Parts: sequence; structure tokens; C-alpha cells
Amino acid sequence: MAEERNNGHKWTMIVDLDKCTGCQACVVACHAENNVPISSEDEVIRGRANHWIRIERYWEGEYPNVKARFLPVFCQQCGNAPCEPVCPVYASYHSTEENVNIQVYNRCVGTRYCGNNCPYRTRLFNFWAPRFDEPLEQQLNPDVTVRSPGVMEKCTFCIQRIRRGREQANIEGRPLEDGEIVPACAQACPTDALIFGDKWNEHSRVAQMVPSERQFKLLENLGTEPAVYYLKGGETHVGE
Amino acid sequence: MLESRATVGPYWEKPVPDDEHLAQQVEHGREQHLMLDARPPAELNQLTLATMRQTGPRFWIALAGLGAMTLAFLTAWAIQIFSGLGITGLNRSVMWGPYIANLIYFIGIGHAGTFISAALRLMRMDFRRPIARAAETITLFGLACAALFPIIHVGRIWKLFYMMPIPNQRELWPNFRSALFWDMMAITTYLIGSTLFMFVALIPDFAMARDHTTGWRRKVYGALSLGWRGTDGEWHRLEVVSNILSFVIIPVMFSVHTGVSWNLSMAIQPGWHSAIFGPFFVVGALYSGVAAVILVMIIVRKTMRYGYFMREEHFNAMGIFLLILTLSWIYFYFAEWITNWYGNLPLEKAIQAMLTGPLAPMFYLMLFCNIVVPLGTLWSRRVRTSLPAMFIIGILIQIGMYIERVLIVAGSLSRNELPFNWVNYTPHWPEVTVTLGTLAFLGLLYMVFTRFVPIIPVWEVYEGQAMQESRRVGRAVVSTRTEVH
Repeated sequence: MAEERNNGHKWTMIVDLDKCTGCQACVVACHAENNVPISSEDEVIRGRANHWIRIERYWEGEYPNVKARFLPVFCQQCGNAPCEPVCPVYASYHSTEENVNIQVYNRCVGTRYCGNNCPYRTRLFNFWAPRFDEPLEQQLNPDVTVRSPGVMEKCTFCIQRIRRGREQANIEGRPLEDGEIVPACAQACPTDALIFGDKWNEHSRVAQMVPSERQFKLLENLGTEPAVYYLKGGETHVGE
Repeated sequence: MLESRATVGPYWEKPVPDDEHLAQQVEHGREQHLMLDARPPAELNQLTLATMRQTGPRFWIALAGLGAMTLAFLTAWAIQIFSGLGITGLNRSVMWGPYIANLIYFIGIGHAGTFISAALRLMRMDFRRPIARAAETITLFGLACAALFPIIHVGRIWKLFYMMPIPNQRELWPNFRSALFWDMMAITTYLIGSTLFMFVALIPDFAMARDHTTGWRRKVYGALSLGWRGTDGEWHRLEVVSNILSFVIIPVMFSVHTGVSWNLSMAIQPGWHSAIFGPFFVVGALYSGVAAVILVMIIVRKTMRYGYFMREEHFNAMGIFLLILTLSWIYFYFAEWITNWYGNLPLEKAIQAMLTGPLAPMFYLMLFCNIVVPLGTLWSRRVRTSLPAMFIIGILIQIGMYIERVLIVAGSLSRNELPFNWVNYTPHWPEVTVTLGTLAFLGLLYMVFTRFVPIIPVWEVYEGQAMQESRRVGRAVVSTRTEVH
């Protein structure tokens, strides 16, 4: 079921590919913020790299005229998410308050159907019990669950930061301001390639940036209505 | 004019014609056809029960072998539960692998049983009579083994009850929109339905066994036969119930494999998302199922000395059925393949390129087992009636259909929308152990079952024999059949 406009927020991320240098700072920040276990080299070779946000690198052209293109991919928080209807236990469900896709870790039985049905392959399965090499286990974020083996997990748009920001605004009795909530990846991005905000707040930076000529959504043809907008980079917009 | 009572003999005492030529024809008919070779029911009962109580050294060796493999499977499963699914070869793109292929495979071999006993029953095909129960038993245990696989497959087996609609104070229900849930409902319905169907047909045979055994067996069979005495009213009710259940179970059978295929085709994964998967999987299930029934028929006939019941004509008929299914399966496979090929979508091309590229040995082995061998040999009556040949063909079809499922499940998943996430899949030891171990477990259950339950539906055999009549038309003797419905 597609989303309808309601009284909640429409959390949206903009990825400006023109600014992305592929430095992976967002990946590291996400691991630290969300207690994402670090996969060993062997596991990565076996195809189990565990990142909530990953930089997909594509080569363009033939050597020596070869270019690297970087595409940060994380859960697209689809408005019409393929992972939601297939879960037999509602572990993957849609929040009508935040309008993001939520994964309920303690409801998940690990059928991995959502993972198969995610065309972006942003859903990760906990193949092993989570393990953090020293001294990483000293810096686990107390706001985020460490997921048990056998459950699916994925990017949450740092839901813990969203909740904290909203509660703080509530306590102070004021509306939420744009830029008050920043996910770890956007916070860490040195080139400001990741911009986060509420699209339904007309004054937000995101709402103003979305109607760009460079804008596209990943795999838009599938009709998943992602909440992540990409702005084309490289030479693709030369001559605008 | 009515014949006097004195001249009407029992149906197994067919008069031998005086004419030598006609007598030869009658004798030939008896040799060829079980239905014409009527013998007293008491003799058939003894024939069925005799081997049920025999367990030779080879039986125990086979039992120990299968038991050891089952134990290996349970150990592998325990290790997997303890250490997590990390020990399998699954990865972040190929999240479903042989476990789901096994689910499809085991439900598949369970399809032939119902088809043979229900559909062929309604079509009044006499060749199903001696083999119906052997086929239904595969259904029963195939489904039981298949039902293990969702359990083996999930990440948190201890939370599996979340998938079941158990009333709870938080009013948390399973997701009725999920194809996995439909599948679970279809499998449970089919398991209950086919067990009931099998049990109804077993009642007279349990009563027969009760009357011919002593001790604890007599008590168990007595309880299972539900006080069957064999009155006219009981036979009539049995007939009515069997017919009703036959009509009910056939749509359920179709729904089960359609449901299984929808697990795949309801997903937006290229290579899975295809409307043809429902009928394609049903035909594939029948194909591997009938081949499995032939394998079991050969083993049961050989080890339990049921040569009287399972004759050349039965293998011939099953061979023809298998040939028809080969052709149907080829039709569906290529309908799907050609649609993808002609559609020329980049991802479906990538999947096909992988099947003919890195996975080519498996792909061509599958085509060899499923197409070349059955199509090249089954047209010949000599092959269809040769047990070793049919055994090899049956095994090859099992291998071929298993590979086909693995290629669909794991092969398609390794190619997805963003090429960065293309990961190939290699099975690791748990998948191999669990798969082989479950096959052994199926064999183990079957072996034990044959020693407790009459694997030949004797009453169906003599019902069929009683309806047969030889008549003389000119110089020929033809068999006719009385319909008593």
C-alpha cells in the first residue's frame, strides 16, 4: 500500500552524487552509531559484507580512460516497500508516524523473504552472533539494540536520533526545526553529499532540493517509491 | 434366464474354455494382467502380510545406513541452530538456497501419490489399484520431510510460532498478505487432507491385518480399523467418502505447489517473477513425483516380493504417464525460458547467461536428466517394462528436477538489480548433509512403515478383480469390466 500524506513526517535523504568522493566516512559513522558488527575478510569474500550503508563502486570506460563512479546505497525507506507484504510475521512494517520502513528485531523469525524481495539488497541477515573486535565493544551505542543472530536488519535513518529530536522538541514545546535531526552518515559526510530532512515540511532543505533537474530515484521503474533521492553527478548534467 | 445358484462360482474360479486356443488366450491374459489373474482374497492377504513380518539382514543393514545418515542430518541441524546460519554457504544476495529447493523438491515428490490415488481413481484406471498406497506413502512422508525445511531454514527456529495464527493477548497475527503464510496453510491442508484420504482407504486393510495377526499387532490394527466388519453399509460409505475426498484433494494438490511457486513468483526478483510458475511447478512436481513412485515401486517389488501385484503392465503404464509428464514439463520449461530470452531484459539475460556460463555443467546435466534421457528412451515399451532401466531413469529425473529447483532458487538470486550485489553461491557442508540426510530420513520412514502397514491396498485389488469378466467374441477372449456405481 502506498503512502498517503498524514500528520507525520516524511523523512527523506538526498544523495548528491556530484559531491560524493567515495571516502566511506558514512560507512564508518554508521557502523559506530548503529552497532553494526564488523565482518571479517573471509566473510566479505563469502559475500556477507555487513554494512547498512555501502558505497557501490562502478567502473566506466576502458583503461586508461576509466572512471570510478560511486553510488552510496542504503535502505531506500520505500513508500511502497516490497519487503513489507512478504514478511509472514509483520517484522517489517511501515511506520505511519515517521513514514519509514521499520524492522522489528524481536519479532523477526529470519525467513529472509524480505531480503530476497529487496531489489536494492540493503537488508542484511545476521549469519553469526554479533562480534566486535577490541576495543570496539567499548563504544557500543546504548540507544541501539545489538541484534541477535538469525534476524534481519537494515538502515533505520537513525530512528533513535529522530525519536530523540522529536522528544526534545516536544519537551521544549516547539515544532521540530529543519536540520535538527541528522543521521550519522549525513553528519560524517565531509562534502555534505548526504542531506536529510522532512520532505513534508515545505521550508526544509530537502523539500527545496528535491525538485531538481538532476534528481532521480534508484530503480524507479519498480514503483517502490523510495524516500531517497539521488542527484546525478559527473558529466551527466553538463550543458544544463 | 437366471443361472441357478449352483453354477455361479466365486469370481476367482474362472471356467477354463474347452477350446485350446481360447484357453491359451485366457492363460495369456492371466499372466499379463493383475486384474485378470484373480486369486482368492485369503491368498492375497497372506501374500501381502507374509513379507510385512519379515526383516532380513539386508533390511537391518539398510535401516542402519539410513539411520546413520538421519543422525548426521540431525547433528548438522543441531550445529546449525547452535552456531547460526553462518555455517551455510548463503550470503547477503542468495538468502534462499538448497533448503528452499528441498522444500519444493519434497513437496513435489508428494504430488504423485495423490494424483495416482485420487485422479486415477476418479478416472477408473485399474492400473493404480496395487500401487496407490505405495504412492500415497511417498506423499505422506514427502510432505513430512518438506515441512521440516521451513523450520530448518529460518534464522530463529525458537520463534517459529510467530508464524502461526495463535491467539495472543497482544492480538499479533501473522501477515495474511505473505506468500509464505499461504504456503504454510496450503501445506498443512494438504498434509491433513492426504493423511485422511490415505487413512480412509486403509481401514479395510487394517481390519484384514487385524484378522490375521495376534498379540500387540492385533490390538493396534484393531484400534486403527475403527471396528470395521465389512458390511454392505460400511463398503458403501467407504466408497462415498473416498469419492468425496478424491474430488476435494485434487484442487488442494494443485494449490500446494502453486502456493510453493508463489513464494518465488510473488517476489520481484527477476527469474522468479513469472506468472507461469504456478502450473509449471505443478507439472514439475508431478514429474519428479511419478519418477519417485516408480523408484519406490521397483524397490518394494524387489525387497517385499510383490511381483504378483506389480507387474510389467504397471511399469508400462507409469512409464507412459512419465513420458506425458516429460513432454508437459519440457513445454512449460521452454515457454518460460523463451519468454525470458525474447523479452531480452538485461537481468533475465544475465541470469540466462549465468546458467549457460558458470553454472553450465549443472544446467546441461539438468537438461540431460530431464529431457534427453526420458524423451530418448521412454517411448520404447522394452525400456518401460525393464526395471533396471526405469530405476536409472527415475534416479536421473530426481537429480535433474532437484538441480532445476536449485538453479531457480539460488541461481536467480545471485543476479539482482544492482550488479554490485551479484554474489555466486556455493553450498557448504550443512546444506549437503541436511539434504542427503533428509532423503535418508524419508527412506527410513518408508522402510519402517512398510513393516507396519499393508503397502498393497489388497481390498482395492480384489475389488478390481471381482469386476473383471472374460467374454468370448468370435474366436477371441476379451476382458470386460463391470461398473457398479
